[in-house]
Amino acid sequence: MSAKKEELRIGFYVCHCGHNIAAMVDCAVVARYVETLPGVALSRDYKYMCSDPGQELIQQDIREHRLNRVVVASCSPLLHEHTFRGAVEAGGLNPFYFHMVNIREHDSWVHTDRGEATEKAKALARAAIQRVAHHKALEIKKVEIHPDVLVVGGGIAGIHAAMTLANAGKKVYLVEREPSIGGHMAKFDKTFPTLDCAACILTPKMSEVGSHPNITLWTYSEVTKVDGFVGNYTVQVKRKARYVNEDLCTGCQDCISHCVFKEPKFADDFNEGLGKRKPIFIPFPQATPQAVLIDPEVCLNFKRNKNPDGSPVVGDKCKKTCVEACGEKHAIDFTQKDTLQEVKVGSIIVCTGFKTYDAGRSPAYGYGNYKNVYTALEVERLVNASGPTGGEVILREGKNADGSPKTPKSIGIIHCVGSRDKKTNLWCSRVCCMYSMKLAHLLREHTGAEMYNFYIDMRTPGKGYEEFYNKLLEEGTHFIRGRVGEVTDWAMTPEEEGRLVIRVEDTLAGVVRRIPVDMVVLATGLEPQADAGEVRRLFNMSCGGDGWFLERHPKLAPVSTFTDGVFLAGCCQGPKDIPDTVAQAGAAAAEALVLIDKGYIEQEPNTAHILEDECSGCKSCIPLCPYTAILFDEGRKKAYINEALCKGCGTCVGSCPSASIVQNLFDDQEIFSEIEGVLAYD
Amino acid sequence: MPKPKVAFYWCASCGGCEETVVDLAEDILGVVEKVDIVLWPVAMDFKYKDVAAMPDKSIVATLLNGAIRTSEQEELAVLLRRKSQYLIAYGACAQLGGIPALANQFSREQILKFNYEDCPALVNEKKTRPQIHFEEAGRAPHLPEFRNVVRTLDQVVDVDFYIPGCPPTPKLTKAAFDALLGGKLPPKGSVLAPDIALCDECERKATKPTNVAFTEFKRPHQALADPTKCFLAQGMVCMGPATRSGCGAACTSGNMPCTGCFGPTSRVRDQGAKILSSLCANVEAKDEEGIRKTLAGIPDPVGTFYRYGLAKSILRRKVDLAMTGNGH
Ligand SMILES: Cc1cc2nc3c(=O)[nH]c(=O)nc-3n(C[C@H](O)[C@H](O)[C@H](O)COP(=O)(O)OP(=O)(O)OC[C@H]3O[C@@H](n4cnc5c(N)ncnc54)[C@H](O)[C@@H]3O)c2cc1C
Ligand code: SF4
Ligand code: SF4
Repeated sequence: MSAKKEELRIGFYVCHCGHNIAAMVDCAVVARYVETLPGVALSRDYKYMCSDPGQELIQQDIREHRLNRVVVASCSPLLHEHTFRGAVEAGGLNPFYFHMVNIREHDSWVHTDRGEATEKAKALARAAIQRVAHHKALEIKKVEIHPDVLVVGGGIAGIHAAMTLANAGKKVYLVEREPSIGGHMAKFDKTFPTLDCAACILTPKMSEVGSHPNITLWTYSEVTKVDGFVGNYTVQVKRKARYVNEDLCTGCQDCISHCVFKEPKFADDFNEGLGKRKPIFIPFPQATPQAVLIDPEVCLNFKRNKNPDGSPVVGDKCKKTCVEACGEKHAIDFTQKDTLQEVKVGSIIVCTGFKTYDAGRSPAYGYGNYKNVYTALEVERLVNASGPTGGEVILREGKNADGSPKTPKSIGIIHCVGSRDKKTNLWCSRVCCMYSMKLAHLLREHTGAEMYNFYIDMRTPGKGYEEFYNKLLEEGTHFIRGRVGEVTDWAMTPEEEGRLVIRVEDTLAGVVRRIPVDMVVLATGLEPQADAGEVRRLFNMSCGGDGWFLERHPKLAPVSTFTDGVFLAGCCQGPKDIPDTVAQAGAAAAEALVLIDKGYIEQEPNTAHILEDECSGCKSCIPLCPYTAILFDEGRKKAYINEALCKGCGTCVGSCPSASIVQNLFDDQEIFSEIEGVLAYD
Repeated sequence: MPKPKVAFYWCASCGGCEETVVDLAEDILGVVEKVDIVLWPVAMDFKYKDVAAMPDKSIVATLLNGAIRTSEQEELAVLLRRKSQYLIAYGACAQLGGIPALANQFSREQILKFNYEDCPALVNEKKTRPQIHFEEAGRAPHLPEFRNVVRTLDQVVDVDFYIPGCPPTPKLTKAAFDALLGGKLPPKGSVLAPDIALCDECERKATKPTNVAFTEFKRPHQALADPTKCFLAQGMVCMGPATRSGCGAACTSGNMPCTGCFGPTSRVRDQGAKILSSLCANVEAKDEEGIRKTLAGIPDPVGTFYRYGLAKSILRRKVDLAMTGNGH
């Protein structure tokens, strides 16, 4: 290389960073010391190297003093390496003929003795000077971005992200596990704080998704495999058999009314088990896609045993009145099998949402034991006009005097069930105070019952939320501050007889109270999905100790993950309400758009490569790469690295027993000369 | 034209390297024909003073085997360096320290005490130890001094080339002579063997799985090795991936794992550290207890990973041993 032979002319700059560095490090002394080192052509100290004049200084010096290497001693490379590389490049040098020394975080900020801190800065500077001599010109590689996007999960987050991208003209694959999109929001009657009808705002969006020419909607499907890297993911999706051809089904539902089961008989998941459905069903009237499906577990035309591949065995016992009803459309297909489909996308938005806390885990509240204890989601269905009771709030147990199903006269809503509790989940689920008040309002509206809300703290920090709380106070809802101790049917007074008693220490009144009610609602908190661990591994994301998917930076990269090209939105990242979910979904779509519209990504050239002639093919390195970037070439019997996948972690470099892997910016010469530099300083 | 002069010398070594020279068989005659051997203590009688009397650089090449432990070895290394155009470190001990360098785990005093006092097979009631000077029957013999540590040849004098192995193979030796006499020498400092690890020429290479994931380690005497399968795949430490090839995979084709005598490739600074980071990174267990259990199968890590390379490694020696001197 010609750069090797050319005389070394290093420019060195030590930055004061205002007082940040200069207060603890004598920058002028450092500059004078470095001036004496071999290869150094010029050495300066300057107040703010990152400022425009600071960068201009570097460019000017490169031109006037024919510098061919630059070292800046200042803050963390995380902050300004990019800045200075840019300046070096603008000055006409390859940006990798640059090295940065951190004398702020590593020195001035952590020391208290000015003399010693100055000595340390000199030693670190010397290391950099020795290292930079071995730097090589490197090239930033560009990798093309596939313009299609995969959105996983069709709750409001996934719907909004998919729509945003599709409206921008991008092709989207939306994969939803359930037979319909909509997520939790589809179950709600109204939404806080505006009390607008959930269906009215959601279902138009759902059908738009269903018919959008740019969206391929795959419901009843799951992602089973993800290969590749940012810009070039290959995704395998399993599409579960519906036993109904989605393209042929018109959603007329004639089959359902003609099913040999005259009455719906089987627990209906969408209605939280409060309603019943037939073996052939549609999850809810506005479901998208408008296509029925068959539950082979209960359909009479399937036998109860399974084929070796796990699919149910088709029998011939049923009259198949559904098929008759479907007639010419021929949409019903008992022989349908799960299929695997593969798509290529450039980016992925994960919107897999949450599950609610299992109320059975708090036995003191009697869920499952007392029939008239409900979860909030159940009540969402009960008060819903299209719910199992048509919006009538009737209790599971008990009759009115006239023998009709009983409507509650008083209702207690317990906040924070499975939230803010060391024994269950530590976090605040953020939406429970608000939806509890929403339900208090709706239940009162539907039944005229006396409402009691038991809360620990009232958390209403959203726009219009405190106002909503005030509205509830005015409505006459009783707010009792205290964590409920238990729900019991053990009556102590005639008034309590036949009712549920909520025992609570009213921390404002300072007394323990017993409040008899007809119905108890548990405001169960939000939890990561049961399969969050697998989903996380599938998409190579991280999660916090609580199990929520981890954003790259809580403030500055809230919808990015540690895997480039994989973004997050909605409750899979943590509990949040619909406004925040939609905002995140929009942000995630925008991040994906940035990638797509740029068309390529630039890769930091700190990648590793295997010396082809020197590699003995021992395979030691292959299983160690956390990004599976290393492959074995069976033809040449040697390992090789897919540079686009390599993140430059260096794991393989250290492990190659014959040192046949070299990493750019971290080759042995560079590292050892840096070590020698720091040790040689005395 | 006079034949080029060649010298062979031995220091702290077992004599195996000398065997190799003899093992050149017919080829030795070819060599002898072309050169004039001026020093070869194992085969012929020469006096040091003869060598000292030779003009500087009059020997074309000296092949020196063995590590440097005593003052005499050091003196001869310096002398031969001065007399030779090329000084070649011949064999693992001269190149890397070899087996003798394992003594660098112990102090000089520990070694002398064991050998002259504590050794169970010893009768030495007066605990007599060798002395540098002593007088007996009117004579005053002079013994070499036992240095603090074992050193490689290049830690004592400048070395031109290295021929690796414990011992080097006749094939490499002959190739070295051919290069030397044919004037086709590589750059100074080269190791005269291929610069790729042993796996490259090992017949078992194809049987190594991509994910070897060690669950246990066995030593050769603890299990019957499958004669065709990669040793690492059988849970036996094989130094092959961290060791230069060129031996023709002699050990692995004899159903013994490689012990690393050819030393590392040119790119490696510390052979033991390299194989350690590779093996340990591939241990399947990820918890302390599991790791400890797996590694219990390697009871002597220094003897396993630094069998030939301790003197030349970054570790070099027990930390409190001075590099030079004799401990007094
Ligand atoms: C009882 C209750 C009442 C609420 N009321 C309100 C309210 O009135 N106003 C308000 O603003 N917020 C309310 N919320 C909060 C609201 O539910 C959430 O903000 C919102 O649902 C979050 O949307 P999401 O798309 O992130 O998640 P979800 O709604 O959970 O949607 C996730 C979707 O992803 C699918 N999915 C999951 N895993 C996979 C997978 N592996 N592959 C494919 N698909 C998958 C799921 O089936 C689901 O369709 C309430 C919450 C509860 C529990
Ligand atoms: S440097 Fe890290 S990311 Fe790159 S190939 Fe090696 S192990 Fe994989
Ligand atoms: S560890 Fe080194 S020698 Fe072994 S396969 Fe990987 S690159 Fe090749």
